[in-house]
Amino acid sequence: MFSWTTFGDSFIPLLWAARFTVLVSGLGILLGLVIGALICAAALSPMKPLRLFAALWVSFLRGVPLLVQLLLVYFLLPVIGINVPALVAAVVTVAICASAYISEIWRGAINALPRGQTEAAKAIGMAPLPQWTRIILPQAVTMSLPALINELILLVKASSLVSVVGIMEITRASQAQAATTFRPLEVYLAAACIYLAINLCLAGVGRWLEHRMAV
Amino acid sequence: MVRASSVEIRKVNKFYGPFHALKDIDMSIEPGKVTCLIGPSGSGKSTLLRCVNFLEEYNSGEILIDGELIGYETAGGKKMSSRRLREMRRTIGMVFQQFNLWPHMTALQNVAEGLIRVRGMARAEAETRAADALEKVGLGDRMGNHPSRLSGGQQQRVAIARAIAMEPRLMLFDEPTSALDPELVGEVLTVMKALAAEGMTMVVVTHEMGFAAHVADQVAFMEQGELVAVDAPANILHHPEDPRIQSFLRTYHERNSF
Ligand SMILES: Nc1ncnc2c1ncn2[C@@H]1O[C@H](COP(=O)(O)OP(=O)(O)OP(=O)(O)O)[C@@H](O)[C@H]1O
Ligand SMILES: [Mg+2]
Repeated sequence: MFSWTTFGDSFIPLLWAARFTVLVSGLGILLGLVIGALICAAALSPMKPLRLFAALWVSFLRGVPLLVQLLLVYFLLPVIGINVPALVAAVVTVAICASAYISEIWRGAINALPRGQTEAAKAIGMAPLPQWTRIILPQAVTMSLPALINELILLVKASSLVSVVGIMEITRASQAQAATTFRPLEVYLAAACIYLAINLCLAGVGRWLEHRMAV
Repeated sequence: MVRASSVEIRKVNKFYGPFHALKDIDMSIEPGKVTCLIGPSGSGKSTLLRCVNFLEEYNSGEILIDGELIGYETAGGKKMSSRRLREMRRTIGMVFQQFNLWPHMTALQNVAEGLIRVRGMARAEAETRAADALEKVGLGDRMGNHPSRLSGGQQQRVAIARAIAMEPRLMLFDEPTSALDPELVGEVLTVMKALAAEGMTMVVVTHEMGFAAHVADQVAFMEQGELVAVDAPANILHHPEDPRIQSFLRTYHERNSF
């Protein structure tokens, strides 16, 4: 028999645990945007070593599963004498992993701009900085929004992986809850509802942004 | 009357890898004169035009705007500083086949942007000037529209306004009407004729032979990277001596007759 009480009661600890899910994916994407921008700049730079570095960064981080990256960081940090809370390590790892995807999203958006856009700016004598801030970036950011929201939704789901380093986010909390109630179905269903609610909100925000920024 | 530039093109060569795109081009353009560049596709018209404001780098020879070399410090020497190049480009307007308006800005912002970011004007003053430029091309009532809400002809007129708002002394046009539906060509040509009548130096790559015949002071015919002839419009368009020009015009007339 499906226990509606257990299902309903599960929401309290799981919603409380959701703060870590939101924190890890939220901070992860914010930090990921910053690092992603730097990696993207390196990838587009005229300097070959920088481009090489960006290429290596992207291919390593996209080629190794996040779960393995988390475990690597978690066990590597103490070895090299860095002692940080698991949460910090998790956020940074998630951000670094996201930065690889985000830099590719931005590189794609920038490269998709027709060459005529900057040529028109050059032709009137515009300097490189305003070319970037006024012409290229506003268009590239708008163009990349759907992909960035998509990336954020992926991160919310991927944040379940940080449970391996002991962070009590939704997935880990539901495992614990399932073990104490002996009602895994109800608990995991509640967890699914929470993930779904978060991601539907994000998708909604994404559509709203797209609509607002369309001209 | 506007202050108009002269253009002097001397022995200009341009290579794309091994491909010789411009071969020893020589041409003089006097202040206030209109030069039309015609010729078959791939003959190097756009390449030559784009060398004039150094959007394309030429490999040898010189291009002088008002006697001043563009792109290089000395002929065959090292490249001029990017700051100096930007200064020279401020006085050279360019209009592209695909308009190249900035889609995230309104017509007014498209025109004001250069005045603010390049000329360093305050926004209010820039917008007043931009509005004047848009009035001049007949778009006083469309200033708040984004490019996507304008017809091709209107977009191209915004692009012309964007260029003339910078008060150029030379205007370069690369097939400004080729992307337009036939019924929209006229409104753009009208604006260009008015600009020519004001005494602007203009170099126009075009397939509009009527415009070349009636507005140009000289017509230059290019083929395979060579400047075959530069002469008065009638001598090129009505009584050409060179068989290459004759055959080009024959193809043109055949395509346009029905
Ligand atoms: N970036 C480039 N790299 C290599 N070749 C190029 C490049 N740009 C132009 N070319 C070549 O140079 C030649 C001249 O090109 P250009 O665009 O100047 O011709 P055009 O006379 O303007 O032709 P159209 O009427 O089709 O616009 C062509 O053969 C073209 O293929
Ligand atoms: Mg061309």
